[in-house]
Amino acid sequence: MNQIPDIIRTIPLNYYLYFSTALFIIGVIGVLIRRNAIVIFMCVELMLNAVNLLLTAIASYRADTNGQVFVFFIMAVAAAEVCVGLAIIVMTYRNTRSTDVQLLNNLKW
Amino acid sequence: MESVELIYKAVYILVIFGITLLIATYSTYAERKVAAFIQDRVGPNRAGPFGLMQPLADAGKMFFKEEFIPAKSNRMLFIIGPGIAMIVACMSSAVIPFGDMLIIGGREIYLQAIEVNIGMLYIFGVVSLGVYGLMIGGWASNNKFSLLGAIRAASQNISYELAMGMSIIAILMMTGSLSLREIAEQQAGFNWNIWYQPLGFIIFLTCSFAETNRTPFDLPECETELIGGYHTEYSSMKLGLYLFAEYINIFVASAVMATLYFGAYNFPFMENLREAFSDPVVGNNVVTLIGVAVMFAKIFFFIFFFMWVRWTLPRFRYDQLMKLGWQILIPLAILNILLTGGGILLFD
Amino acid sequence: MTESLFYFLASLTLLCALMVVISRNPVHSVLFLIITFFTISGHYILLNAQFLAAVNIIVYAGAIMVLFLFVIMFLNMNKDSESRVKTSTLSKFAGTIAGGLLFVIMVAAVKDTTIAGYNADTFTSQTGMVETLGAVLFTQYLLPFELASVLFLVAMVGAVMLGKKEAGEQHF
Repeated sequence: MNQIPDIIRTIPLNYYLYFSTALFIIGVIGVLIRRNAIVIFMCVELMLNAVNLLLTAIASYRADTNGQVFVFFIMAVAAAEVCVGLAIIVMTYRNTRSTDVQLLNNLKW
Repeated sequence: MESVELIYKAVYILVIFGITLLIATYSTYAERKVAAFIQDRVGPNRAGPFGLMQPLADAGKMFFKEEFIPAKSNRMLFIIGPGIAMIVACMSSAVIPFGDMLIIGGREIYLQAIEVNIGMLYIFGVVSLGVYGLMIGGWASNNKFSLLGAIRAASQNISYELAMGMSIIAILMMTGSLSLREIAEQQAGFNWNIWYQPLGFIIFLTCSFAETNRTPFDLPECETELIGGYHTEYSSMKLGLYLFAEYINIFVASAVMATLYFGAYNFPFMENLREAFSDPVVGNNVVTLIGVAVMFAKIFFFIFFFMWVRWTLPRFRYDQLMKLGWQILIPLAILNILLTGGGILLFD
Repeated sequence: MTESLFYFLASLTLLCALMVVISRNPVHSVLFLIITFFTISGHYILLNAQFLAAVNIIVYAGAIMVLFLFVIMFLNMNKDSESRVKTSTLSKFAGTIAGGLLFVIMVAAVKDTTIAGYNADTFTSQTGMVETLGAVLFTQYLLPFELASVLFLVAMVGAVMLGKKEAGEQHF
């Protein structure tokens, strides 16, 4: 069973490129305009997912397994990152009673 | 896919859906009867013969109760919560093989709704989504007890998912396949996985109690501490959906346990029985039909086991629950993986 | 059919991703992000990467987002607490423009490059299957795989260390 999936035959790879770029940019904008640390963190996850999607798309189009293994590793790292990141956010909440990143201004002194 | 097969699949999915709902309905009746039996009472016996119409009466009551939505709740999420719980519960029975193949008119018909080669991952994914219904409902109620229940549900499910996944990995190492159909086929006759994976089964069993929020792990809803936990504010059929989803989860958990560890539709001497018939088609069909009955017998046994435990064991304290999950079950699951790996190296 | 499915899923993904950024209530953001992950899993299935689709659901929707929701409920964030940390209109404007410019640059960079699509001769539909991925993962990428487990251990220890109450701390 070696048939090429419909999507790979009908949709050019460029579309996936534009699509995941748009997704990535939405994440970037979210990081820039939101001040709640948790929402910023979620936007970072969104950016990671945009990259994952593009890697998977290219790996599928080129029938290259390495890309998909990379996505797997990105997911593993993202899980570890969320685990530590949320612990840090809870920690800042304990000290400042808020998750507003603006209040972390005093880190610069 | 040809249209005949499409129609068959549609009908089969409807039948499985109906059976799931029916079993869930009568699980409520069975729960009360089992409780009565264990506590030496009579149990429901007014509605119909032996009280068999009791679930219908309950459902009627649920429908006619007043619908109540708390004033400061998040209205939309409050309504979506039970719906998510119900949909997610119903999704998982799709990949479970309830029987081998039937041969009707030369056509091979598998008694499984969809065969995906990642069936086990699918089940695991759907199970991990089950907690959203509880969390969203509990949070949207705008009630402290509901929120506590929701938080407990989240931490409990995340903790026990780890041990559950690791106990499944040991099965994977043995069978070398993620497809539930293949796992079922490998356990032909009396070659059930439970003989090779007793420790893994105990871990899986414990975790499925935690994942379905049943006693002794029903901390998200424990009525003596949290009133009703995540469904404190729910009334009428929304509450009904939550309770119903729990029974569907029990049914699915039982079916998964039967498939993974207790040989699914396989029973001892099935090959001898198959050969006893001169016509292979008839032999195959008879064995398959008996297999379906055997599968459901196994499922009913596990449902009974769930209820048995509920009326036997008291509830864990929250720190005991976390300790059991993180300090006992996860190390045991890792040990089980090591033992399985060693066994495969030695004997294969 | 598949084509329209792609457009549908893609627009749903972008819409939900936008709602993640726009929603005032963090819980709504989380729920929209979950839908986004589901649609991305849908894309993986369309691309014949079944394993990644399942893992995406299990890891992102099943574990990471539950953690997010857990923390948000734990800190009891809602619309009221969120409205106190409003971004000024100017910085919203600036952020959007900066992001939009980045988008323009990236699209401009991509637009004129020609990317080779699929090669019908060497194409295999087995790329995303568990067997293929497993074979590559446990031979070629064995060391990174083992290192990932060390990473998890470190993350777990780190989270426990961060979460522990210090002596004399009275919060919570």
